[in-house]
Amino acid sequence: MSYFSDIYNGIKSLLTGMSVTGKVFLNARKGAITQEYPDNRDTLKMFDRFRGEVVMPHDEHNEHRCTGCQKCEIACPNGSIEIVWDRKINPETGKKKKEIDQHIYHLGLCTMCGLCIEACPTDAIVWAQNYENSVYDRSHLTKVLNQPGSILMDGVED
Amino acid sequence: MNISLSITKTIHDWLFSIMPESVASITEMVLIATVYLAVFAVFGLYLVLLERKVAAWFQLRLGPNRVGFKGLFQTMADALKLVSKELTGTEKADKFLYNLAPYFVIITALMALAVFPFTQEFHAFDINIGIFFLIAISSIGVIGILLGGWSSNNKFALIGAMRSGVQTISYELSVGLSLLTMVLITGSLQLSEIVEVQKSGWLIVQGHIPAIIAFMIYMIAGTAETNRAPFDLVEAESELGAGFHTEYSGMKFAYFFLAEFINMFIISAIATTVFFGAWLSPFGITDSIPWLGVFWFLGKTLVIVIVMMWFRWTFPRLRIDQLLTLEWKYLLPINLVNIIVMAFIVWQNLIIQF
Repeated sequence: MSYFSDIYNGIKSLLTGMSVTGKVFLNARKGAITQEYPDNRDTLKMFDRFRGEVVMPHDEHNEHRCTGCQKCEIACPNGSIEIVWDRKINPETGKKKKEIDQHIYHLGLCTMCGLCIEACPTDAIVWAQNYENSVYDRSHLTKVLNQPGSILMDGVED
Repeated sequence: MNISLSITKTIHDWLFSIMPESVASITEMVLIATVYLAVFAVFGLYLVLLERKVAAWFQLRLGPNRVGFKGLFQTMADALKLVSKELTGTEKADKFLYNLAPYFVIITALMALAVFPFTQEFHAFDINIGIFFLIAISSIGVIGILLGGWSSNNKFALIGAMRSGVQTISYELSVGLSLLTMVLITGSLQLSEIVEVQKSGWLIVQGHIPAIIAFMIYMIAGTAETNRAPFDLVEAESELGAGFHTEYSGMKFAYFFLAEFINMFIISAIATTVFFGAWLSPFGITDSIPWLGVFWFLGKTLVIVIVMMWFRWTFPRLRIDQLLTLEWKYLLPINLVNIIVMAFIVWQNLIIQF
């Protein structure tokens, strides 16, 4: 005799579902998540978790945190990151130390998986919330992340 | 204050004064048909827009808002685009039936519109078998779907059409029986008399419990009749491409599409007429202004249309065996019992009348 209880449960579950969507419908005015992009380009702020491209933040003395350990290069599954590095003699201690020359990032190859950022021991590279990445020539998608003349921040060791 | 009503009467008198009676009545029919065609073609387009907007709101989107003020001309632009498109077809299609099928669907949809009482005197064709005519006409549409699926020489279209046949023939029973339940109260199939009975309370109030059950069954079966989600096995996108109209393009596709929305309007309009008092205002608040009846009729119909859209964007699609189980094991037996309950209530005069 589950016939009548089936009908009862069926109607009950249908009404439950309709109340859920009904609430969404009534709040649609406030809750619409669509961004009318080209119109609100000046005010559109991407949320923090958005993965636009990988950048290397620099402070006001033009210093970054990349030690040139190449863990990001190894972690990258499709070779979007290339690091050109050298060993230079530190004038104070006289020891040879690894230092990056160029941190080359191919945005065109990047799948935004984020493994490089997870791998970085010194938090030298982070996600930027930049989304206007289209260019007329793909060579523009190859970027050097460290600014010219930048040096390693003091006290950053891996 | 009966402006709009006197316009139809004035035109009627004027036509009969300037030409012989037979010519005048034919001219009148042609005029009414043209007006209905024009009005409901545009109305169907706006139903499509409403559907898209409502869908957007259910999914927390904005919906079309670019063409015209707040997107009001979006579907007009779509229709223009469809008119200008090439009419393609399959190589081995049965050309005659293939071209005929869309007209079956759209003509039956438009024919059914003739009998609705939009307001007291704005009633194109007050036929004495009104409800019966509506049920009969609305089931001719399935022939168009079957022909379209069969003749386009495409297995997805054929499967979609066959599913439509199974579904429409099954659910036709429930639509008919649930309307019959209400006819037990009114004692007439004529739509104007059904409205007359409802002047002492809408039928859903008069018939109380069995009427509410009949209304629920009618809404389920009506949604299935129009081949809309959750009963859209006919054009299940994930399984069959576009179902029976896979091979149609341009204006022929637009006919199928428009017919679907006009059918939805028809199902809602029948529900309005039979359950919610057609053009009667609640508690007779606007009885002194007869032309507001059009407003009440369309208002009630649109509310039911939005409920059907609510179904569509809430429930997942049924499997074919679930679809048939729902009809033959649940709706039909409940409906038959409901008719007996209603007959008992009418016999014992237990209806609620004001």
